Order: sequence, then C-alpha cells, then structure tokens
Amino acid sequence: MRSLYLWVPLALFAFFAGLAGYMLTQEKDQFVESTMIGQPLPAFALEPAFAGLPGASTADFTGGRPRLLNIWASWCLPCIAEAPQLEALKAQGAEIIGIAIRDRPEDVANFLGRHGNPYARIGSDPISEVQLAIGSSGVPETFVIDAKGVIRYQHIGDIRESDVPKLLAELEKAK
Amino acid sequence: MIAEIGLAALWLAAALAVLQMVSGAFALRSAEGEANPLAIYARPAAVVQAFLAVLAFLLLLYAFAITDLSIKLVASNSHSMKPLLYKLTGTWGNHEGSMLLWVGVLAASGGLLAAFEKRLPERTMGATLAIQGFVALGFYAFLLLSSNPFERLPVPAAEGTGLNPLLQDIGLAIHPPTLYAGYVGLSVAFSLAMGALLTREVNPAFARVMRPWVLGAWVLLTLGITAGSYWAYYELGWGGWWFWDPVENASLMPWLAATALMHSVSVLAARDALRTWTIMLGVLAFSMSMLGTFLVRSGVLTSVHAFAVDPERGAFILGLLGLYIGGAFTIFALRAGAVAEGKRFAAMSREGALVFNNVMLSAILAIVLLGTLYPLLTEAFDVRVSVGPPYFNPASAIFAIPMLLVMAVGPLLRWKSDKPARLQFELALIAALVIGTIALVSFFGQFPLLPLLGLGLAAALAVAALLPLRGRNVMRMPLSTWGMVIAHFGVAVSLFGMACEGAFSQERLAAVAPGGTEQVGDFAVTLESVTPVAGPNWTAIEARLAVSRDGGETVILNPQARSFWSPPQATSESALLTRWDGQLYAVIGNQAEDGRWQIRVWWKPFVTFIWYGGLLIGLGGILAIAGRVQVDVRRRKATAMGDQRRADIEALGAATPLPAE
Repeated sequence: MRSLYLWVPLALFAFFAGLAGYMLTQEKDQFVESTMIGQPLPAFALEPAFAGLPGASTADFTGGRPRLLNIWASWCLPCIAEAPQLEALKAQGAEIIGIAIRDRPEDVANFLGRHGNPYARIGSDPISEVQLAIGSSGVPETFVIDAKGVIRYQHIGDIRESDVPKLLAELEKAK
Repeated sequence: MIAEIGLAALWLAAALAVLQMVSGAFALRSAEGEANPLAIYARPAAVVQAFLAVLAFLLLLYAFAITDLSIKLVASNSHSMKPLLYKLTGTWGNHEGSMLLWVGVLAASGGLLAAFEKRLPERTMGATLAIQGFVALGFYAFLLLSSNPFERLPVPAAEGTGLNPLLQDIGLAIHPPTLYAGYVGLSVAFSLAMGALLTREVNPAFARVMRPWVLGAWVLLTLGITAGSYWAYYELGWGGWWFWDPVENASLMPWLAATALMHSVSVLAARDALRTWTIMLGVLAFSMSMLGTFLVRSGVLTSVHAFAVDPERGAFILGLLGLYIGGAFTIFALRAGAVAEGKRFAAMSREGALVFNNVMLSAILAIVLLGTLYPLLTEAFDVRVSVGPPYFNPASAIFAIPMLLVMAVGPLLRWKSDKPARLQFELALIAALVIGTIALVSFFGQFPLLPLLGLGLAAALAVAALLPLRGRNVMRMPLSTWGMVIAHFGVAVSLFGMACEGAFSQERLAAVAPGGTEQVGDFAVTLESVTPVAGPNWTAIEARLAVSRDGGETVILNPQARSFWSPPQATSESALLTRWDGQLYAVIGNQAEDGRWQIRVWWKPFVTFIWYGGLLIGLGGILAIAGRVQVDVRRRKATAMGDQRRADIEALGAATPLPAE
C-alpha cells in the first residue's frame, strides 16, 4: 500500500507535463472574441461599485455619444498597467463607464485612490454576470459602445500606449 | 575571439559533463572496498568543468563591458551609452545570459562539491556526481543548441538596442544572481538525494553532508526574495511589496520547499528520522527551481496579457523537466519503498512539530503551485482567468496560521516525546500574547482580519522565538541554536511588518499645484516645484516635495517620472523617506490640464520590518552554517590530533616501552 503512495508525485508531475506540453503546442494568440459585436448591449442595471460614483446600467449607454465600457477589477495587475492609458483616453474626451468584476467597495475605492479614477460610473458585477453576457472572458477588456447602445469594438487585454489612438479612432467611427 | 573562446569553453564543459556522468556511474559498479578504476575521473571532471563554465560566463561579462556589438546578444540588449554597472548587469538581464549564469552556478556548485566533500562513501559520491553531471549536461545542451549566448552577427551592429530601463537598477545587480545561486544550490541537494537513494545510503551521515548545501541555498533564496520584494516595492512605484505574480511565485515555491527540506534534513541528521520525506523534499525543492525557470522562460504561463512566447525553448525546457523531475520521481517511486524506516517518535515531540510544519509548508506550496498553474489548466479549456490575492492570501493563511502557532511552540519541545504539562507557562504566555494583542489592536479601530491575526501571531512568535534562550547559558549556546532563534525571530519581525502595512497604511492621491500642501498621517507634504532633470540615458521631471512630520524639521523628497530614450520607455522613480517606524513613499504622476500635478503619497508604518525580518532570517541561516562548519572543523582537528597522538605513541613504542600512565 505504501508503495502506491510513492507514485503520487510522479503521477501529479505527469499530469502537469502533459498539460504544459499540450499548452505549448497550442496556438498562443487565440483571444476569445465576443460574439456580441454588432449587437445591442444586453439589458443590465448594476449597483454602484463603491460609494463615490453611481452604478451602471444599459440606459447609461444610450443617447448622445459613443462611450467606452471598461471591464476591470481592483485585484487585476494588468488593470494597474492600463490605468494611465484610461486617464489619457479620458483626457482626450472619451467617457468611460467601468464594470468592476468580483470586487469589494473598499478595494475599488483603494484602487481608484492609488491609480486614478478615469470613470464616469462604475457598476459592480460580483458574479461576472454582465461580463459573460457581453462576451468578455477576462479582465481587463474594453468595449466601444455607440450612441445607440450597440457594441462596436472589443479590445482584449490591457490598453497599451499604442492602443490609445486605435480606440479613439473606433470611438470616432462609432459616432 | 572572445566569443569563440567562450563557446569553445562551453562545448568542452559539456564534454566534461559527459565524462563526469559516465565515470560517476562506474563508481556504482565498484567492488566492496575497492574503487572502480574508471571512477576516478568524476571529481576532476567536475572541477575543470566548473572552471570552464565560469570562464564562459566571465567572457560574456567582458563582452558586455566593452559592448562588443558583433555579438548578437550584446547588440540586442546593451548600448554603448549605458553606465558600466548596467552594462555588466545587462549580462544576465536577458534570456541567454541568465541561462549562462544559471549553468555557471550549476557547474561551480558541482565543482565545489567534488573538490571539498570527502565524508560520503565513494559509491554515493560517484552516483551524486553522475546525477550532477547529467543535470548540467541537459542545460549545456539547452544553451548550445537553442540559446547560444555567443552568437555572432554577420555584420556588427552600429549601436545596441538598449536594455529595459526598469532593469537599469542596482536591484538587478544583486537580485537575480542571488536567486539563481539559491535555485542552483538546490541542485546539489537534488543530486545528493538521488545519489543516496540509488546507493541506499539515506542516513544521518548523508544528511550532515546535505545540510550545508540546503542551508546555503536557502539563505541565498531568502536574501534573493527579500531583495526582489524590496526592488519591486520601490522600482515599480505601485507601493506594494508582493503581487503573487507568477514570476514571484516561481521564486517562492523553491523557498517553501527548501524551508521544509532544511528542517527535515536537520531531523534526519540529529534523530535519523524522516528519511523518505527528506529525499522527497530534496527532489521537490530542485524540481520547483526548474519548474520556476520553465514557467518564467517558456512563456507558457502568459495569461491573456503578457509578452511574446518562444514555444521552441519552452518545449526544450519541458523536455528537460520531464527527464529530470520525471526520472527522479520514477526512481523515488521504485526505490523509496526500500529505504528502511527511520526512528519513530511521538506526535507531541519536536520531531512531531517539525513534521506538522513541514506538512503545512508543503500545503502552502501546493496552494501557490495550484494558483500559479490554474490559469494554465483553465486555458486548456479556453477559459482565461487571472488568479490574484483574493485567492492566495486567505488560502495560504489557512495553513500559515497553524504553522506559525506550532512554530512558536516547536523549539520548546523535547525530542522523541514530550508532555504539554511541562510547557504550561509557555503555552499560556503564547496564547495570552495572541489574544491580548488582537484585543488591544481591535480596541483602537476596525482592521481587516488577516493583518489583525498577523499582529497577534507576530507578537507571540517574537516572544516565543526567544524562549529557548531561557535558563540556558547564552554564552555557551551553539551558533546553530542562535541561528534558529534569530531566524524565527526574523519571521516574527517580517510578519509584524506585513501586518502593519496591511492594517495601518495611509495613502493620499491628490492633484496639487506647486505650493500646495497635503496631509498624510502625521506628515505635511508640500509640493515646492516640478523641474526637468537629465541623467546619462534618460530625462525626467522631478518633483521637490518638502516633508515635515508634526511641524518638525523639513526634509526634501525628489520623486521622478523618468523617460528613457533607448529603448523609449517611461518609469516612475519613487522617493522614500525612511524613519524607524515606517516609510513615507512618494510618487509623481501626470500633469492635469489645469497645471496641477498628481502626487501619490503613502505612509506605511513599519513596512521596512518586512525586509529587516528577511535579513534576520538570512542571518539566522548564515549563523547555522557557521555553527555547523565550526563543529565540523573542531571534529576534524580532534580526529587529526588523535591520529597524531597515536602515531607518536607508536613511534615511541618502537623505541622504548611506554611507562605506565
């Protein structure tokens, strides 16, 4: 019986090696693209993610102008990296509405205190319900929503400095 | 010529690794009491191989120092305008160079083992050197076949393309080589464990040979992680000191395994117990080092948002992992059943406490490993996740809290078996300190649960760590016991720092016009001016912050936002004001449209204790090594004196009959 236990480490390692080998042979650049592009935003109404800003709902995306919908979380490292770029987008006139995924109010407030607050509104999505409905599979992701509330463009991953002009152009296109 | 000599040295070293492996394997076929004639080459091969590998690394270092732009690696990672120090540190700030450093340290530790370790039976030593040569060979193959650091450019480049400015920092000069030396030091523990397993010599003598290597590697890992954490803290400008990033986890996992191994090997040396467990941990510790290298170097763990991947190199390292870890676990499964069970002990004993904490350390290791690999698992099903502190903190705390409690009590217990009644006073004191501290702190305000528990445990552990000194002659206590006391005390200090940072940090983010003042904790921070400054390869805007505590003396802080031009990149240089009870951490951000500047200031009480604690833990390890070496030297002297005396007596006895004593 004891000798069976001695095989456990090998079995665990074999599982890992198989998995890693499989992952290595996979095409790496396969972002999960949303099938919702070109469709109207699903209906939602989210509570405020913290006391400082109002929550977000589908109605906030209609009327006037295209907006950015930023899916993020205070526990996500790439979100820290993209914070300055969101500020830059805001500085150039983009209105950004955030959805905080699986987050807590005090953490959200903390994050915004540390890394700046580019958001006009932030809704709290504690079980990723809205995130999944929009077709986002990770944080951070950013969507361009046109004035009629239709999803026009999806940016997966953190926004780099080089992505800012692209997003501004998409916002322009969505007008 | 330099590149060619370096490459030749590497090929020769690889050839010697083959010789070391084959010759070492012949030692296993030695007849009783007589060495196989082919086995004598293993030691010299290991020593010469070490010289060659180190030589190759020094040559690459030289090529970076003179910025030899005909070498591809130098051209793509260095720049003639870079300060000399960062030219040198640039040697290992890239894939090929860091792998060469890894191989150099691996060969050097193999050479040291071969040159100086004479206590093991020759068969075990031969098997150990064979394994060490086998491991080295794989990494030589990796370097030479897929990551040649000495590759020439057909036409020398006119100028280098520079180095990531984040890495142009003194932290880089110390942190990676320290960690690497630690990782690779564990390779010796791995080879020794395999050697002992193959020759069935798992006994206290073997443990005493293994112990200094484990201790040394562990000290280096401790210091490397401490330095890395501080580096990330002041260089990234995010104000955090640990991010549970895969790269950080890759260094933490070998440390956890090495911590468990170090304790278990001590039990084996002192009490002849935990034989199989020690072998298992010896394999695990180095496996974690290699796994970490794989995860960092292959890019397999890039989640949604990371760098470019090199699947070919990844596949190569994975092949090596399969060969070494898979091979080691296979031998372990086949052979460990034959290792005789060690001495038994009661659950309530010092061994019992050590075993409990070893299991807790292994559980934390499993938690970290699972969290690090989980994205890999889910990605296989096309689900991308990012695992962060909400998982790691509570999940590891579940095991860390009982571990810290047992750690407070463990050193007070007797070996073999003990009774709780004997320790009534100590147990009551520890419990009172935990509860008292938590109650006291909760009285002053609402704090998160984990930092609160951390404060209670830190207080209890700090006192408990010193309890073994009670009733002993402090002057005559062995150095290794001092090592334990100081290292355990260091854990308490570090824990105190972490808990304080978590519970009491204050922060302020504000847009400030020059002349404006912000209040953070007791500090009044005035933005006096923002001016442009220039360095050797960067320009920056620098804020002048006048900081005064409770209206006292004014100190000037100069946080910068730097722009490097080759390659172009912006970094944030934080400015720190260190006081005995904490640090003020200031970062300058962007300028708003109305001309005000974003200033971010934290007051972090006792945050420095995190790294002081790390240093104390490292110091404890160094004392433990010194203590073991001291005992060893004394024993050798005593043996030598005994031999001398016997020889004298014999010489005398031949001449005249001995007088009665």
